Order: sequence, then structure tokens, then C-alpha cells
Amino acid sequence: MSASPATLPAPDRGGPAQPLLLLSGLKKHFPIRGGLFGATVATVRAVDDVSFAVRKGETLGIVGESGCGKSTTARLLMRLMEPDAGSMVFDGEGVGQNAQTGGITLKEYRRQVQMVFQDSYASLNPRLPIEESIAFAPKVHGVSASEARGRAHEILAAVGLAPASFARRYPHELSGGQRQRVNIARALALQPRLILLDEPVSALDKSVEAQVLNLLVDLKAKFGLTYVFISHDLNVVQYISDRVLVMYLGQVVEQGPVEAIYECPAHPYTRALLASRPSMDPGSRRTEPPLTGDPPNPINPPSGCRFRTRCPFAEGICAEREPVHSALGGGHEAACHMAEPGSGHSQAGRLAA
Amino acid sequence: MSEVMERPMTATANATPLVTLRDLSVRFVSRDATMHAVNGVDLDLGAGEVLCILGESGSGKSVTLRALMKLLPRSARVTGRIEVAGRDVQAMNERQLQDFRGSDVAMIFQEPMTALDPVFTIGQQIAETVVRHEGVSRTAGMARALELLELVQIPSAKRRLAAYPHELSGGLRQRAMIAVALACKPKLLLADEPTTALDATVQIQVLLLLRKLQEQLGMGVIFVTHDLGVAGEIADRVAVMYAGRVVEEGPVAAMMRGPLHPYPRGLLGATVHGGMRGQRLTTIPGAPPGLETLPTACSFAPRCAEAEPACLAGVPAPRSPVPGRSARCIKVAAG
Ligand SMILES: Nc1ncnc2c1ncn2[C@@H]1O[C@H](COP(=O)(O)OP(=O)(O)O)[C@@H](O)[C@H]1O
Ligand SMILES: Nc1ncnc2c1ncn2[C@@H]1O[C@H](COP(=O)(O)OP(=O)(O)O)[C@@H](O)[C@H]1O
Ligand code: SF4
Ligand SMILES: [Mg+2]
Ligand SMILES: [Mg+2]
Repeated sequence: MSASPATLPAPDRGGPAQPLLLLSGLKKHFPIRGGLFGATVATVRAVDDVSFAVRKGETLGIVGESGCGKSTTARLLMRLMEPDAGSMVFDGEGVGQNAQTGGITLKEYRRQVQMVFQDSYASLNPRLPIEESIAFAPKVHGVSASEARGRAHEILAAVGLAPASFARRYPHELSGGQRQRVNIARALALQPRLILLDEPVSALDKSVEAQVLNLLVDLKAKFGLTYVFISHDLNVVQYISDRVLVMYLGQVVEQGPVEAIYECPAHPYTRALLASRPSMDPGSRRTEPPLTGDPPNPINPPSGCRFRTRCPFAEGICAEREPVHSALGGGHEAACHMAEPGSGHSQAGRLAA
Repeated sequence: MSEVMERPMTATANATPLVTLRDLSVRFVSRDATMHAVNGVDLDLGAGEVLCILGESGSGKSVTLRALMKLLPRSARVTGRIEVAGRDVQAMNERQLQDFRGSDVAMIFQEPMTALDPVFTIGQQIAETVVRHEGVSRTAGMARALELLELVQIPSAKRRLAAYPHELSGGLRQRAMIAVALACKPKLLLADEPTTALDATVQIQVLLLLRKLQEQLGMGVIFVTHDLGVAGEIADRVAVMYAGRVVEEGPVAAMMRGPLHPYPRGLLGATVHGGMRGQRLTTIPGAPPGLETLPTACSFAPRCAEAEPACLAGVPAPRSPVPGRSARCIKVAAG
């Protein structure tokens, strides 16, 4: 082994066609305990059979309203919690498998996959100068203290914070936008291949949001990164993503290239979500909201299609059977009976490719 | 609710002002520092008009709104003239204020639990407000509560009268808060980011509801938001705040098409919207100034690409290149 393996970027193993990350059948249910004896009285189906691939070098956007399971998906993807079911394959290797079965160890996986959260305070130690927060993980991975500090300064410069004036500052001495830059620097310190960003700009003012988005675009090109970008902001996701995944009540309802999702959305939920965006043009105000009511609770999701209780196209079949993910061409797919020819919905196949 | 009030034209609105703010300043004085939160704000609102106060966090939006209801903490030093519905708000005593809040002016918030009491049902809270302000019977108060829940489009309104706030979903709680605010038919509704925490599909429902109620009831509304899209959906006029001052004011469509002041221009360029993929976002460098000292020049100058020495000579006065629009920037042509 070379002197400091953690300072070298991990090599590409499977080649460009091999997805960087492949998630299949992921599930995470949270029991809700109640009563005198703490018995399980209900189950939150936070992530319920979610499968998708993250391709090398892309930005995959994940959108959906609060409670639809975005952050739980992120925590599963980071292995901050164990899934109840499902498998994860990173560049062709099973994640967290043992020596006999092969695969990539959790420790190595966690080096190659890093995360940035919405709350810019959450992952920074308030008692450490920021250069030490950034150097911390590399040191844990065996990099010498002086080398780790040198790298921290390089990365600070890369995220637009001049090390001479920022390296010794504490988190509370920074603005929200500057702290978010530090978090991005911290995520970059181990030279990861995949960065998971969970609402990274949602707490920032618009002028600062634009600065951070530009930075993310630059860093991705500079370091050859792959992003998973989670946000409830449809405009930001459209701006940054190559492909987009739409979640509703713990499930993926539609995914595809960003143009397909935004220009010809197939799932009625995606269409409603897009139509709900307020318009900056007062000349194009609407009079009726695209949907009524709030998203239902993931504790007792509706039978069949989970969107049927709010869907203007729902028919009998929608309550009886869960829609399958139907391919619409070009990697675009939607889980709606209208997208599947012969599903029994009166408009079945109208959307099909 | 069949007779929908005509929305007054701005000209007539100005003839019968619902709100007149002149040179409003608010400082927060503590032992170690003075915060100059609001530094000379002039605003007018006509009856039945919707004004959005737009700006980034810390620009003084909420403080301005609270001053209109005399809802600021003791540490606040408020100067200037505040008139609402012909009454001098600064001069009111506690009793007058109690009568004023609710019947002349009501406020809604981002977080509905700021305004709702967790230990009373929705019906009780509305009925109690109506009984207190109008001296009607409890039965009449409850009947009004039911009408109001129907007005804000809460499904199964009758059943929801008996619900406690925590039993409602986020969107319904927001509607319940609106119902409480409307209980005594205020002439002026103050809204402090009421849709900011809502999900997209619920936010648009609440925005459309507020617009409809405003038209039906002919209320004046001052709506605080940091979201250009929200202003685009609901505002007649917009006032953009920066560092405690209104830097631009005018009809919403004109502002969205072509802002006069470099700050809203920068904000518009930095706001991601459809069709910007692949383009580099324009940004506003730096950050807003601290407010420990009263700005004596254009507060935006340190971040402004067009700044020149003259910008630092003093606080730019509002200039009005076209009737109904104004901006505090020396580069804007005076009308
Ligand atoms: N640790 C937990 N225990 C119980 N329920 C949880 C937990 N974490 C998340 N949930 C629930 O799971 C659902 C999905 O949450 P989350 O993944 O945070 O959604 P999102 O990030 O899309 O807003 C929500 O209903 C949430 O309340
Ligand atoms: N009670 C208070 N005491 C001291 N400073 C305050 C208080 N309330 C607001 N401020 C300060 O006044 C400024 C304007 O605040 P605010 O009106 O809440 O801004 P926003 O535009 O985000 O609504 C901020 O700098 C804030 O810190
Ligand atoms: S499956 Fe049925 S209920 Fe679900 S989105 Fe399609 S039409 Fe609507
Ligand atoms: Mg989340
Ligand atoms: Mg505020």
C-alpha cells in the first residue's frame, strides 16, 4: 500500500457503462410505538421499494414534497441507517458485504460517498477551526496531520474561501453561504466519487444560492464528481440535474432525463407538481390549483396507486393494482396505469412510447 | 359571498389610503449594540390592494409588518408616522390596540401555531374572537366559525370545528389560521411568509385562496415574501427592501419585466427559473451589510457592479422615472 491511500482518488473499476451506484428494492419502515407497553401501533413506510441507478458523472436530481422519503433515501444511500430490504451495488461491488462474498467494505464505501446537508451547522464541530473540520476525516483515514492541513487549504481555495483569512475561523464566524462552502469542502476532503446533497441550498437566500450552485457546477467538472441532488425546489433541480427522479409517498413515480420530466411529464403527480410552481409572470396567473388537499400520510398509504386519492384521472384499476414502472423511451419511465398499455385504465397506453 | 368587490384602481386607492407609513424607523437597542433594522420606510396601501414586501432575510420585512400592528418588543425604538384605516397606531393605548387588532387589522404567519392556541378547538378559537370583538352570543360566534371554515375551503368544515390544531394537516392548519384572522372582517391583512413552509402543491392552493378571499372581502393585504414567484402570483405592487430601506417600488409586472434598481435586477438574475439550464447564474457578490451603524450611503454600493463615488455621497433619494414607480438609485432618471 502507498503511504496515504486516502489522498488518492479511487480508480474507476467497472468502466463508464457500469452505473456508479445501483439501488434495488430499498425499504425502510419506521415503527410507531404507542400504548402502555410500547407496542408497534403503526408503521411509517418512509421508503417503500425504491430502485434507481446513479450513472457515472451525472447529476441525478430527486424531487418530491416533504415527507415523501427523500432524506430517508439519502440516509440509506449513505448507509447512515440499514435498509430493511434491498441491495446496493457501488461500481459493480456489493456494498457492505464481507470478505468471503467480496464487495466493498462500508469503510471504503463511506470514503467514496460523501454528503452535504441543508443545515450548514449540523456537520461542523463548533469548537474546531474550519481547517481542522476539513482535515479531520483524512486524518482518520491515515493521512498525516501536515498533509491533511495542506489539502484542507487547497480545498478551501477551491470552494472560494481564501485559506489565509478563513482557515482558522470557527463556524459561527461565517455566514450561512460560507458555512455551506465549508461543508462542501469537508465532503471533498476524502476525494469521493459521489456526493449526496440533501437540500444544500434550501436555507440560503437567493443571491447566495446562485453562488453555491455555480460552485457546485465548477467543482463537479474540476474533480470529475457524480452528484445526487435532493431538493423540493423544482427550478433548482431542473437547473442542476441531468436526470430527475420524482418521489411520492415513499416511492418513485417517474424518472427520466431532465428534458423529458420537465417538458413531457407523464405521471399526473409530476404534472401537478410542475404546474404548482408559482409564476414570476403576473400575466400568467392561474385560477385553479392543480391539486387539492395535502399529501396523505405514509403511515397508511392508499392501496394500488398511492396518488389515486388526489389524482384527477383515477379509475377503479388504480385502487386495485399498483402500477408498474412503464418505459416511455429514452430512459423515461412512469408508474401510472395510463402509461402501461393494456393496464385496464381507459386511457392506458396513451402515454406509451 | 356572491358580490365580488371590484379591485380599486391604484389612483382611487391612493385617494383613500388604508395604510400610510412615513419615514418609519425601527432600532433595537441593547447594552452592547444598536440594530438599525428599518431606516426610513414610506409605504402606501389602498383599500383592496395587495402589496408584496420582497427581500432577503434580515432586510427588515417582518419588523416593518409588526410595526403596523404595534407588535414589536419593548427594546424597539419606533419613529415615524404609522396610520392604518385613518388611525394613528403609535398613539393607541393597550385597550385601543386590542380593539384595533382583529377588527381593523389581522396577521397570519409562516408557522400557524404562532397564531393558534393548542388547547382550544378551531371552532372555539374563532367563536371566542367574534364574541369578544362583536359582543354576539356564543351560538352566533359558532355559526360564524362554521361560515369561516367554509370560506377558507376546509373540507368537512362542520366536523373540523371540533378539531384541535394538532389534528389538522399542515395545509388545513394554515387555512384555520386564516379563518381566525378573518373572523372579524379586518380591512387589512398582514401576511408574513404564510406559504413559505408549505409544499409546492399546497402553497399554490393557499396563495390562490388568499387572492380569492382578498377579492371577495375587498381587504388590503401586505404580504411579506422572499420568493419572486410568490410575488408574481399575488401582488398588485411590490416594494423591494434592502438593509432596512425600500429600494424599489412599483407595479409587479413592470418590476418583473425590468427592475430599475441594481439590487432587484441582481435578485432576478440570481433566481433560478425554467430555461436556465447550462447557463452560468448571475450572482450578487458578497453579503448584505451589518446594521450596527446607520447606513449613510447607498447600502447596496459595496455589492453593486455599477457603483461609482457619487453613490457613497449620501443615501439616494427615491427617483421616479415613470409615474407609479420609484427606486433609490442615483443612476435612475428622475421623472
Ligand atoms: N427516524 C424516524 N422515525 C420515524 N419516522 C421517520 C423517521 N425519519 C423519517 N420518518 C418519516 O418518514 C417519512 C419520510 O421522511 P423523510 O425521508 O425525511 O422525507 P423528506 O426528506 O422527503 O421530507 C416522513 O413521514 C417522516 O415523518
Ligand atoms: N427583537 C429583535 N431584537 C433585535 N434585533 C432584531 C429583533 N427583531 C429583528 N431584529 C433584527 O432586525 C433586522 C431585520 O429583521 P426582520 O425584519 O425580521 O428581517 P426579515 O426581512 O428577514 O423579515 C435583522 O437584522 C434582525 O436581526
Ligand atoms: S395509476 Fe391511476 S391514480 Fe395513479 S396516477 Fe395513474 S391514473 Fe392516477
Ligand atoms: Mg428531507
Ligand atoms: Mg421575516
